[in-house]
Amino acid sequence: MDALLLSRWQFAITTIYHFLFVPLTLGLSIWVALLETCSVHTARPRWRDTCRQLVRFFGTLFLINFALGVVTGIVQEFHFGMNWSEYARFMGDIFGAPLALEALTAFFLESTFLGIWMFGWDKLSPKLHCACIWLVALGSNLSAFWILVANSFMQHPVGYVVNGGRAEMSDFFALVTNHYVLGEYTHALMAGLTTTGVLILAVSAWKYVHDAASRYAFTQTLKAGAIFLAVGVLGVMGTGHMHTQYLAQANPMKLASMEALWETENPAPFAVVADIDQRGQRNNFEITVPALFSFMVYNEPAGEIKGINAINAEWEQKYGGGDYRPDVCGLFWAFRTMVGAGGLMLLAALLTGFLAWRGQLERFPIWLKLLPCLLPLPFLANTAGWFVAEAGRQPWIVVGLQKTATAVSPNLTSLDVWATLTGFTLLYLVLIVIALRIACRHIRQTTVTYDAEGGRA
Amino acid sequence: MDYNVFWFILIVVLFTGFFFLEGFDYGVGTLLPWVSPRDEERTQVIRTIGPVWDGNEVWMITAGGAMFAAFPHVYATMFSTFYLALFLMLVALILRGVAFELRGHTRSICRRRLWDGAICFGSAVPAFLWGVAVTDLLAGLPIGENMAYRGDFFGLLSPVSILGGLAFLFVFAYHGAAFLTLRLTHTGLILRIQSLGLRMATLGTLTFLAWGVLLYQVTDLFATPWAVMLLVLGALFFVMSGLSFSMAKGKAGFMLSSLAIVCTSVSLFVALFPRLMVSSLNPAWSLTITNAASTPYTLSVMTVAALVMVPIVLLYQGWCWYIFRHRVTPDDVKGTH
Repeated sequence: MDALLLSRWQFAITTIYHFLFVPLTLGLSIWVALLETCSVHTARPRWRDTCRQLVRFFGTLFLINFALGVVTGIVQEFHFGMNWSEYARFMGDIFGAPLALEALTAFFLESTFLGIWMFGWDKLSPKLHCACIWLVALGSNLSAFWILVANSFMQHPVGYVVNGGRAEMSDFFALVTNHYVLGEYTHALMAGLTTTGVLILAVSAWKYVHDAASRYAFTQTLKAGAIFLAVGVLGVMGTGHMHTQYLAQANPMKLASMEALWETENPAPFAVVADIDQRGQRNNFEITVPALFSFMVYNEPAGEIKGINAINAEWEQKYGGGDYRPDVCGLFWAFRTMVGAGGLMLLAALLTGFLAWRGQLERFPIWLKLLPCLLPLPFLANTAGWFVAEAGRQPWIVVGLQKTATAVSPNLTSLDVWATLTGFTLLYLVLIVIALRIACRHIRQTTVTYDAEGGRA
Repeated sequence: MDYNVFWFILIVVLFTGFFFLEGFDYGVGTLLPWVSPRDEERTQVIRTIGPVWDGNEVWMITAGGAMFAAFPHVYATMFSTFYLALFLMLVALILRGVAFELRGHTRSICRRRLWDGAICFGSAVPAFLWGVAVTDLLAGLPIGENMAYRGDFFGLLSPVSILGGLAFLFVFAYHGAAFLTLRLTHTGLILRIQSLGLRMATLGTLTFLAWGVLLYQVTDLFATPWAVMLLVLGALFFVMSGLSFSMAKGKAGFMLSSLAIVCTSVSLFVALFPRLMVSSLNPAWSLTITNAASTPYTLSVMTVAALVMVPIVLLYQGWCWYIFRHRVTPDDVKGTH
């Protein structure tokens, strides 16, 4: 393999790994902040004490996750220069700005206030301490905004001119208000809530079953977690739907590839399953629902949707001969994985919420035992989602402006990248095993009590 | 003053702030295995930087981001040139960051020792590599006409850059020791740190001076009077710092070592100006604040952002320091070890 392909693998592996932690940072910071707000504002002293214990319980999980997210994030910032120097040269005038803004407005905020929050329990008033975790949540969610501004430009460039062999920013406001940002950012935030929601349910269900002393507290978090998850999943579906409709104008190639629609059709059918022949540029076999694809995009069972081959022909006219088709098979199935996982999570939220609010949890222990097994679902959906987003813009690194093949650093040898790829992969594997073991032990051994009899104190 | 000069200055400020702040963080981490064999004393040592190290590290990330935004060609050339070195640095920073968090969750003493080792490695390696890197920027690297590096990993190492790395390592280690004597209360621990600090001050002085001599021989730093003055001041401050430290004047020691780091860092950048990376092949191929810069429009947008955000950041980071202004006592870490 050459340095280009190895660099792509390295970026893919380190990004996917990084994004195991990011959604939890986005969502858990909000969850911990909500818990602490409850503990500050509740009028019931017994419940305040339980809330505080819950803050510590989930706060510890948040901190372990945050540590891994931060350190793997530095790798991503360095990568653009290390492996993709020609990309950095071509795009630096535009791409560097949101990255610097991310550091200035978000990284300082979250890291400083997290430091204060971690060690400031007895140095700040409860309200001020609670404000710190809200600022951490704000910083985390702001950093997601800036990096998605940068990513959105790669998917759908706006507010630029190409001049002297590089892309130059002509309108910062256009960059930030890129419609693509709206879809990506809201979708990512909701994915953060969803991932956190599943974590809350999985952990709470496990504690409910295995730790009788903590049962009351985790019955409450099962209720709250179900709402958290329901908001997240419904949000993720709504924003995903909105964004997919927008793709019809912003990036029709990605849209057609997600649905393996090779030829332009009106109305376009929706393929539930398909046997995709990338080389033959057709599906050997498919089960379709007539006009459903058009309905999903235009809200009515009619309307033309451009096929992959037609767009490829257009792009050959525009950008010169070549194959502009992304990995259709990968996109098609990744999209279905994401949507399928989303559906299952919605079901889990509704069922858990229904049982918890009805007080029927005890009658269905099997469901509580099953909930922890759902934990991989959001991570699978997040990874599949990013695969759709990033593999869907190939062979471009910036759609229409620069190809991935021309972006790699020219001075790298394949040996260099082999060394770092192996190094990162091994290090990341070791770290996740250690972090998971510590997190699991914390979940097993930490009790969250509720003093139902007391209240005299 | 045009935007390019303003951004050069801002990058100098960010890197200098980073060397000053992470300087003692790295130093504390580097010295950790030697400050004490006892776990609860090591925990006190780590607690002195516990609330602030992550915020300090963001200075480096911001310096990198600012470079990307303002001088993308420098970012591209520098980061691809130092590919394997940066990989090492990333591994070190990953181990260090994770170790700070997970150490407290580890109960077995053996494994805690491993985390302590990771903190030491994770602090010493970046300190050394930054010394190598900034020396290389000034001493020059084989950068071709197209701004791409024409060498390999070992091309980054020369006597002057290795000495630069060692000087950074020891100066930071000393800076960390001076910081610790101001942040702890435990007398036995402070005494041990003082004797460690003196050794680091000696090693720091020797490597710093040797590095200065080589800089004189192989770089054009000595052609810029301001740079020479600042470098000499840096060396002087460092020696004075070591002397006050040996007389148990901790505060003066730390102030002077901070000044030494600031003067040295600024000196290097003054010598570089208006270049950011020197090409050893042809002076015309060096990366400068003009040929490596973003457009005036991008720079103007970023200038507004920096002028608004930097004071706010300084304000709340200052508040953070104010909250944790008291020395760390053995009681502070009870129950965490």
